[in-house]
Amino acid sequence: MAFLILRRLVQTALILLGVAAITFLLLYALPADPARMIAGRSATAQTVANIRRELGLDQPLLVQFWAYLQGIVHGDLGRSYAQKTDVGALIAARIPATLLLMAAGILVEVVLGLTLGIMAALRRGGPVDRVVMMASFVGVSAPQFVVALLLLYIFAVTLGWLPMSGFGTAAHVVLPAATLGILGAGWYARMVRSAMIDVLNQDYVRTARAKGLSSARIVLRHALPNALLPIIAMIGIDIGQFMGGVVVVEAVYGWPGIGQLAWQAIQQVDIPIIMGVTLVSALAIVLGNLIADIIAPLIDPRIRAQ
Amino acid sequence: MFKRWLRNTSIATLMALAPLPSFAQDTPRQGGDIIVTYKDDIATLDPAIGYDWVNWSMIKSLYSRLMDYEPGTANLVPSLAETFGVSDDGLTYTFKLRKGVKFTNGREVVASDVKYSIERAVNPKTQGPGAGFFGSIKGYEEVTGSKTTTLEGVETPDDATVIFHLSRPDATFLHVLAINFASVVPHEAVEAAGGDFGKKPVGSGTFMLKDWTIGQRLVFERNPDYFVKDMPHIDKFTVEVGQEPLVALLRLQKGEVDIAGDGIPPAKFLEIKNSPDGPNMIVDGQQLHTGYVTLNTRVKPLDNVKVRQALNMAVNKDRITRILNGRATAANQPLPPLMPGYDKSYTGYAYDVEKAKALLAEAGFPDGFETVLYSTNTDPQPRIAQAIQQDLAAVGVKAEVRALAQANVIAAGGTEGEAPMIWSGGMAWIADFPDPSNFYGPILGCSGAVAGGWNWSWYCNPDIDKRAVAADSMSDPAKVAERSGTWGKIFTDIMADAPWIPVINERRVVAKSLRMGGADNIYIDPTRVINYDAIYVKQ
Repeated sequence: MAFLILRRLVQTALILLGVAAITFLLLYALPADPARMIAGRSATAQTVANIRRELGLDQPLLVQFWAYLQGIVHGDLGRSYAQKTDVGALIAARIPATLLLMAAGILVEVVLGLTLGIMAALRRGGPVDRVVMMASFVGVSAPQFVVALLLLYIFAVTLGWLPMSGFGTAAHVVLPAATLGILGAGWYARMVRSAMIDVLNQDYVRTARAKGLSSARIVLRHALPNALLPIIAMIGIDIGQFMGGVVVVEAVYGWPGIGQLAWQAIQQVDIPIIMGVTLVSALAIVLGNLIADIIAPLIDPRIRAQ
Repeated sequence: MFKRWLRNTSIATLMALAPLPSFAQDTPRQGGDIIVTYKDDIATLDPAIGYDWVNWSMIKSLYSRLMDYEPGTANLVPSLAETFGVSDDGLTYTFKLRKGVKFTNGREVVASDVKYSIERAVNPKTQGPGAGFFGSIKGYEEVTGSKTTTLEGVETPDDATVIFHLSRPDATFLHVLAINFASVVPHEAVEAAGGDFGKKPVGSGTFMLKDWTIGQRLVFERNPDYFVKDMPHIDKFTVEVGQEPLVALLRLQKGEVDIAGDGIPPAKFLEIKNSPDGPNMIVDGQQLHTGYVTLNTRVKPLDNVKVRQALNMAVNKDRITRILNGRATAANQPLPPLMPGYDKSYTGYAYDVEKAKALLAEAGFPDGFETVLYSTNTDPQPRIAQAIQQDLAAVGVKAEVRALAQANVIAAGGTEGEAPMIWSGGMAWIADFPDPSNFYGPILGCSGAVAGGWNWSWYCNPDIDKRAVAADSMSDPAKVAERSGTWGKIFTDIMADAPWIPVINERRVVAKSLRMGGADNIYIDPTRVINYDAIYVKQ
């Protein structure tokens, strides 16, 4: 286990280096000149040149990249061009909100997905199955901004049950988490359904039934844990998926997370923020997968044996 | 030296540039908390750096400057200055500061703070976008060239006196002292903030920043010691950021929000306008804006003045105002109607397809030609570009529309010989201060026709340039009207060369709740958008 983690950490460092290099190159290749963007429209050519020099943008690409890497090693993500403040601090201030949203989103998708998936598997071919599969199909296919606006309109504007936008109370998290979760729940329902159908056809389930165990006990104690493994792996991947989804959801609901930060930074060509958020997101994806890898053997002894 | 030394508030009103209807219809009430929303986070509240239309109005209220404007108007008045004088040659400006004005950290504002603040704005280390505005102050070159950090041309003989020595007459200098970059900041607070002054602002304006939760909200509280009595009117305003305009509007209708700063999404505009409360919620005001198509004078066949004139006649501007739901009026000259110097009698090039065709034939293009029209890619700009494209097609000119990210369009415009035509929507031009010269130098003058510049027509007429310099040397406050007329003539003469197709003057829209009081022109103040000092809550 220790070896696994160590190996993964080394891989993580390499992945982050790769992500940093590619992002840096892409941003460097942009025709937009950050110095121009900061300088605004009334600045003289000399002001622009001064800003470019102060930011080190007149240096060759490799020199800039090396300086950036040195900063990262020291935990310094640089300073935002537009906000003139530490990128690390900006991201740190927003991470709790994003983590909360992701955790709530995962909760929604797991609970919703498992419940629907099990129901569909147990009633295979019946109306419940068909309705659930249809709904999950819609959930998977619907663009998140549409879902977001729809939920917002129904539950916040029309019914007035939940706040429209913002952050702070438990009520604020419901709609954003539901928006994130509905997409995943569709996937989960489909995966759980097929996994459960597989497991329910296994001999040991038939044995359990023959022993006279209750249906609930068979499903929850014997079938479900075996169907759960792919789900665990999927949660790890989901963290990566969510990094994309939070940009949309955070924008619609005014959620103060890093997705919103990234979105605003992209519009302003604020390269240090874009770099910082990309790196933090990459880190989250890698860590998510690592956690999934660590948890899997705890749940499934067969993996431990290997 | 200072023959015309007198100057107090009353004299300054002589400088009235564009008298507008008075801003308050009923007596403003003191007190009240309001909520304002914006989509984007507030970038910075550092006056030497902040330069977008959202933080512009907040910075205006956090700090004070030697000069300022009467709310809702373009009328310059002394603010932190009590009196001022201009020498006959227009090269020396002397200001006497108000006594007893304090920063919100409790320390009195003194002359050296003014000097420090302007030097800070000019210093390349600050990375401020506004350094160029102070270009007429003696010693400017040495500071921007990093040879020194002090401006030779700013003198502070005592705590209450600031003297500016200019290297050339600059009739816009009083405006320069009224823009945000000239805001006075206490050096000790800047140093204490350690490079984060934009998040920990201290000034001597009408409000102070009480709390800033990154990504969520900023809370501004009334400065109880502000030096003008009964200003501001509201006790507090909370700016909630990250609010989608559509969501903000829904919240406004429910009464949760008082001002939706991003206005009304185009799709919702007519619905709101036609709702029972609509007229009382929509503030639809003129701003110092002109949207135009640049005709690159260094690209064939637009180098032919007849072609440029013909294209001016080809565009149906009224149709474009309809694309914007009527939130704009057709323009015929570079200056917007609110700007001093705007020539009401000038009619420009009327929309006339037949005449345009005839002129194109005369220029040797009876069958038109092919060209490229750049535009930014955010709605509604590509739709406007397409409308222009159709108009051009009607006279035989086949224009390919290239809708790109704003930064890319700006880059293309600033590269010689690159972009034949650019629709300026979403990028240019809104005046930094209400003076006609601001519509010349960077966008029509020779100095802007450089790599990375904003003169995307690459129009450079040395004769006009000379007249512009002459007009900007008329610093005598008594000659304001004459100077405006001179500038007006410059712009209509430029139109003879037709480097632009002036298309529209766009209005800004702000949505406010029913309880907000005050005239429209303090919600869309020509020099600061929302004037937080002057707005108030009714009852």
